[in-house]
Amino acid sequence: MKFFDAIEKAGKIFGYQVTLQLEEYRQLYRNGRIRRNILEQVIRKNKGAENLETWMKKLTGGYYETSVPARIGAFREQWKKYYDINLDDSVQPLLFRILCAYLDQGIALIRFPLNKDGFLASLRELEKNSHSSFFRSKRTRRLLNEESLGLHTLLKILVGEEEWYEHYLFDQQFSHRGWSGIVSAFEDRPDALLDQRKITLRELILLDLLLEIDAMDARFGEKWKPLATHTGGKPQPLFGPVEYSELNDVFRLWQEAFEWSYYDEVLAGLAEGSKTERNPAKERSFQAIFCIDERECSLRRHLETVDPACETLGSPGFFGVEFFFQPENGKFYDKLCPAPVTPKYLIKETQARNKRKHEPLYHKYAHTFLIGSVFTLSLGFWAAVKLFLLQFRPKMSPAISDAFGHMGQDSELSIENKHPDDTENGLQIGFTVEEMAARVEALLRSIGLIQNFAPLVYVVAHGSSSANNPHHGAHDCGACSGRPGSVNARVFAHMANHAGVRELLRARGIAIPETTRFVGCLHDTAADQIEYYDVKKINTELHKTNASAFEQALDLNAKERSRRFASIPTRQPIRHIRRAIRLRSVSLFEPRPELGHGTNTLCIIGSRDITKNVFLDRRAFLNSYDYRTDPEGKLLTGVMRPIGPVCGGINLEYYFSRVDNHKLGAGTKLPHNVMGLFGVANSCDGDLRPGLPVQMIEVHDPVRLLIIVEHYPDVVLKTIQSAPEMYEWYINEWVHLVALDPATKQFHYFNHGQFSPYQPLKTKTEVVKDFHRLVENASGMETNQIADATTENLPVFTIQRS
Amino acid sequence: MEKFLVLFILFPLAGFLLSLLLPRRKEQLLSGLAIGVAALQLAGATAFTVYWLLKEHPFLEIKQLVVYRTSGFEFFIDFCFDKISAAWMLTGGVIALLVMIFSRYYIHREEGFKRFFSTVLLFYAGFHLVILAGNFETLFIGWELLGISSFLLIAFYRDRYLPVKNALKVLSVYRLGDICLILAMWMMHHVWEGNITFSAWHDSVSLTGIITAHPGQTLFIALMILAAVLTKSAQFPFSSWFPRALEGPTSSSAVFYGSLASHLGIFLLLRTHSFWSQFPAVKIAIIALGAVTGLLATLTARVQPTVKTQIAYASVAQMGLMMIEVALGFYWLAMIHFAGNAFLRTYQLLVSPSVLHYLIHDQFFHFSPRSQKTGSSFVLRIRNTIFMLAVKEWNLDAFLYRSLWNPFKITGKQLNFLATKVSGVLLVAVLLSGILGFTYTEMIPGTVAHHLPGLYAVIAFALVLKSFTERASALRGWTMASGAQFFLGIAISLNARPDFGQLLLFFGGITAAAVLGIFCLFRLKKEEENILLNRFHGNVFEHRGLAMLFFIACLGLLGFPVTSSFLGIDLFFTYIHEDQYVLIIFSALTIALIELSVLRMFARLFLGQHKKTYHPVAYRSS
Repeated sequence: MKFFDAIEKAGKIFGYQVTLQLEEYRQLYRNGRIRRNILEQVIRKNKGAENLETWMKKLTGGYYETSVPARIGAFREQWKKYYDINLDDSVQPLLFRILCAYLDQGIALIRFPLNKDGFLASLRELEKNSHSSFFRSKRTRRLLNEESLGLHTLLKILVGEEEWYEHYLFDQQFSHRGWSGIVSAFEDRPDALLDQRKITLRELILLDLLLEIDAMDARFGEKWKPLATHTGGKPQPLFGPVEYSELNDVFRLWQEAFEWSYYDEVLAGLAEGSKTERNPAKERSFQAIFCIDERECSLRRHLETVDPACETLGSPGFFGVEFFFQPENGKFYDKLCPAPVTPKYLIKETQARNKRKHEPLYHKYAHTFLIGSVFTLSLGFWAAVKLFLLQFRPKMSPAISDAFGHMGQDSELSIENKHPDDTENGLQIGFTVEEMAARVEALLRSIGLIQNFAPLVYVVAHGSSSANNPHHGAHDCGACSGRPGSVNARVFAHMANHAGVRELLRARGIAIPETTRFVGCLHDTAADQIEYYDVKKINTELHKTNASAFEQALDLNAKERSRRFASIPTRQPIRHIRRAIRLRSVSLFEPRPELGHGTNTLCIIGSRDITKNVFLDRRAFLNSYDYRTDPEGKLLTGVMRPIGPVCGGINLEYYFSRVDNHKLGAGTKLPHNVMGLFGVANSCDGDLRPGLPVQMIEVHDPVRLLIIVEHYPDVVLKTIQSAPEMYEWYINEWVHLVALDPATKQFHYFNHGQFSPYQPLKTKTEVVKDFHRLVENASGMETNQIADATTENLPVFTIQRS
Repeated sequence: MEKFLVLFILFPLAGFLLSLLLPRRKEQLLSGLAIGVAALQLAGATAFTVYWLLKEHPFLEIKQLVVYRTSGFEFFIDFCFDKISAAWMLTGGVIALLVMIFSRYYIHREEGFKRFFSTVLLFYAGFHLVILAGNFETLFIGWELLGISSFLLIAFYRDRYLPVKNALKVLSVYRLGDICLILAMWMMHHVWEGNITFSAWHDSVSLTGIITAHPGQTLFIALMILAAVLTKSAQFPFSSWFPRALEGPTSSSAVFYGSLASHLGIFLLLRTHSFWSQFPAVKIAIIALGAVTGLLATLTARVQPTVKTQIAYASVAQMGLMMIEVALGFYWLAMIHFAGNAFLRTYQLLVSPSVLHYLIHDQFFHFSPRSQKTGSSFVLRIRNTIFMLAVKEWNLDAFLYRSLWNPFKITGKQLNFLATKVSGVLLVAVLLSGILGFTYTEMIPGTVAHHLPGLYAVIAFALVLKSFTERASALRGWTMASGAQFFLGIAISLNARPDFGQLLLFFGGITAAAVLGIFCLFRLKKEEENILLNRFHGNVFEHRGLAMLFFIACLGLLGFPVTSSFLGIDLFFTYIHEDQYVLIIFSALTIALIELSVLRMFARLFLGQHKKTYHPVAYRSS
């Protein structure tokens, strides 16, 4: 389905806001964020030049009823009308509590007694072996114990008419979509929980129906008439087509104008940037391969400013090595590659020296009665001291998620496979030399780094430390299943340094000089700290020089980030900013340790040369790629395949959380309560919250991802058409695609299945000479309402490095 | 030095008033003000306490303000300071200051930033009023401020359904405690023939004398105090409100429910121990209730699969233990226990989101698959039964709802005839004749005159019940609630004939508030058309100013110090004689229900999910 068709339909069925509000677009237009000439261009393109004036009037001043009534829920809501009962209020608190107790991973001290046959079986056993019951009516207790209990039996009692069953079930499950969603997810992927639970959505629905019957029975006895006998009528198909209205077009035009007001600026900036001739190959001081993550975009820029002789590259942060990782003493494996991939390899850690500390105040005994009272009388006062310290001396603690704690800095990793039979749980321990060579070759080729190796090549993974933050996984590396990529960086560096691997690579045309060493490292994107691995074996003098360049770049990076943090004045000395940024990541009172992928909008696949002199304000995923080494586009397929699901996926997550933070996002995180260690809800009786909290999306402009590929349009077209699941993203417009023709420097926009030239309307991009002035004078948002918030996002500049 | 005590109340109160004047977007100013107030307050409290200790910690007391005086009776504001006040003031001061500093960053850019800090300051003032109160009247004013600020903090996320619903739920339990305090105060006025200070109880000889003279009445007072303690400290059978109060931002939950508000029940118990400890039966009841609470709450805490509810119930269990300690006379231990528990729970709640990382990490490295417990089936059955009952919170929530509020709701629904035009005319006639009756008392026969006040109080109660259960017209609901206040006023006037100035104070304030409320409702009706009370409308989204105005009208009608009726209401109970059970019971119920009724109205009209869907609106279940 096309993007707009799909979101409009979803909006009408489920009552979601799927774009900004009409008034918000108009505000954006009034404050200049949506440009007039772009709006006109969008209208001309979609509605014809002759209708420009009519549509301009409609868009800027027309009155429209913009309420979003939902189809879902309407049928089931009639319980209230006919019985004056609110089933949600009587059923949900208990239902959620039973579910949460069953799925709980380790909060409760008395656990739900489990039966190996799953959720309902456990519940039946519990009901059978006790003197109490979750049900109040005899009928429901009897029904529960019917082995052949089916949905139809229960729906017959509750709804009555079969034609309404589907409606009813959707209405019911969507009244608590958080819980329904997570049960469905655990049904599909039981391994999402460490302590696995057997549960199906069907079981949840059965219990839901039973509790509803029970609530009705408790109030009206067993003789009440099913809902459909009262309502009568014929159901309209829930997912049937939605009617078109002019308002749809109004929103489409505004959204496109909003998007292109920025895209046009970006393309104009890139046009300037790509004018500068590609640097001839020269002696590089060092090379650094970063994750494509848009948060690394600024660090790369600063690194190039500090040391113009260095080269930075970008590739998805698992660096092409996919495996499970088992930390020393770990009872489980961590997957370290993109989520859809299932690796066949296991890397085990040994001799880790970082001992995990404990925090007595988190001890479960604090929640007990008698021992709890001893706790209270003694450690209660220690808590007062801790309260004071967390305020005034924030520091790393075992309860804070530490990006560097993912792997011991000096630990040993089982990277090389010793024998093909060396396996554990069906996973091969380590990679063979051939497997390593294949992975190193694939990565180096995809980013075009096959010659001119510098003496040191840094492989920079990223992770993020944050405190008091149940959403911390969303700040780590998306290409590593939401974990820090430190192990991947180390593994890749080890492989690329391996003599056997190098030999194989040389045979395949990639000659890495003897003197070149790869160094794995981890950048903490929240604390702006970096840690290097296995540096004992390398040229220390050279590394020291480079490390100091990294430090200076991190200084500048911290300064650039600080402009968005109200509590850190950007004008203060840089070392103060660095300290404030570092403390921020371990501050329990800070709900915004960093801003994650907020503002992500672009994905640029091509040489760094086209973006090097363009200020993109940390909004671009940057994937290195050299079209010259791949005229046929063979490598491009591999490069572009993950872009839709990874970058496009992240972008859409932010988009939807931004446009309807209440329904598609998680709302504010301040009242969140951790449920069973697998979710958050508001306070004690709330539904689980999906999506991102408001603290992560307030800086985000909800626009779709623009992917720019530096290659010939026909090659790009062939590439995206090579796999239907990839083509879907483009032909259905869930992302935008532009090809930059390397020969003519002309942009080609992909629309309706083909590329057509696009000439940016903007002709002049402002030049920024002084980075410090720029970030110090940038305005902060007054409120997080979009028209205000977007003023914090800087326009595209051309950078003039002195 | 006792003269300084009043500063500890006026200072946060001034901070609160000042915060109302600051613009909403000035986060630095607002949080700076609140932190400044808390810091100075703590510094002052520390200095005061040190000085007091050096002076060999005497029991300080000061009669601050005589509100009303007749020959036989005096109504006054009184403050006192002793080791109990010191413990609460210092612990509360430290926690409030630290959490305000915490919140300054935590609440950043939240829609209700100003609301948060203003309400916190109001709460803080009320807290000090309670802990420094030297008599019940003073304590009660603070108690009421805490109730209203709790309502606002729990309903902080006012655009969602659950916080608003739970705020009303918690308020209803609080109101129950308020009724008990009112009844206790009323009885005290008659037993001691005047306003009694806590210090008067230190004289055990005279206390014993009084108790011997009025055994039934004094036992009644002790039981009412105990009931108020149970509601405030979430003891059995009122425990289930506690986890439901954790709807606001984590930091406000931590400071107010985790520590300061809930422990005030224990405070009241300590404050009044010299009185109730004269009754062995009450002592035993306290120990029993504390033990039952401790047992049930700790079992409930053990089955909680969510972090905040686990902390909440663990805290309730510790408060049960504190009850026992106080009853056994271990006052020092109870005070240390209070401070430790308050600090610990505040800390635990503040860092509760970290538990996710901490325990997942723990599980990752120390997981061992659970071995299914087998055993004799009897043990298993008991274990399962306890598990299920604990998951259901021992049915306490449903029990409270059914036994406390359903009777009122059901009766209220039977009173539909009150809503007809005929009864409206009749009621007005009765009201007017009441005023006439007040003017020409001599013309009413004695027996009629004797029963008239009771009758008016019953009518007042019927009106407020109807208002409480009104599901259609907001205007009608409001009129009935205002009418109830008028009837109540007349009932009291007929009973005791207060002087004209008194009456003017009371009726003037009530009339002003009632008119303001009607004005707000007309305005709202004009803009929104549908203002039926059968749902939440969330009108605050569009009518912020009107919501504020209506809220002020509500407070005015309730006798909060926004109009002159504030003094009137507190005087009410001195006018009801010892033997007028009908009058006192219906008056107390009316007063308690009026608050619930008008705040319910306020909540339904202005809070909850906004009914218009042109902007993102939260789910009902979120």
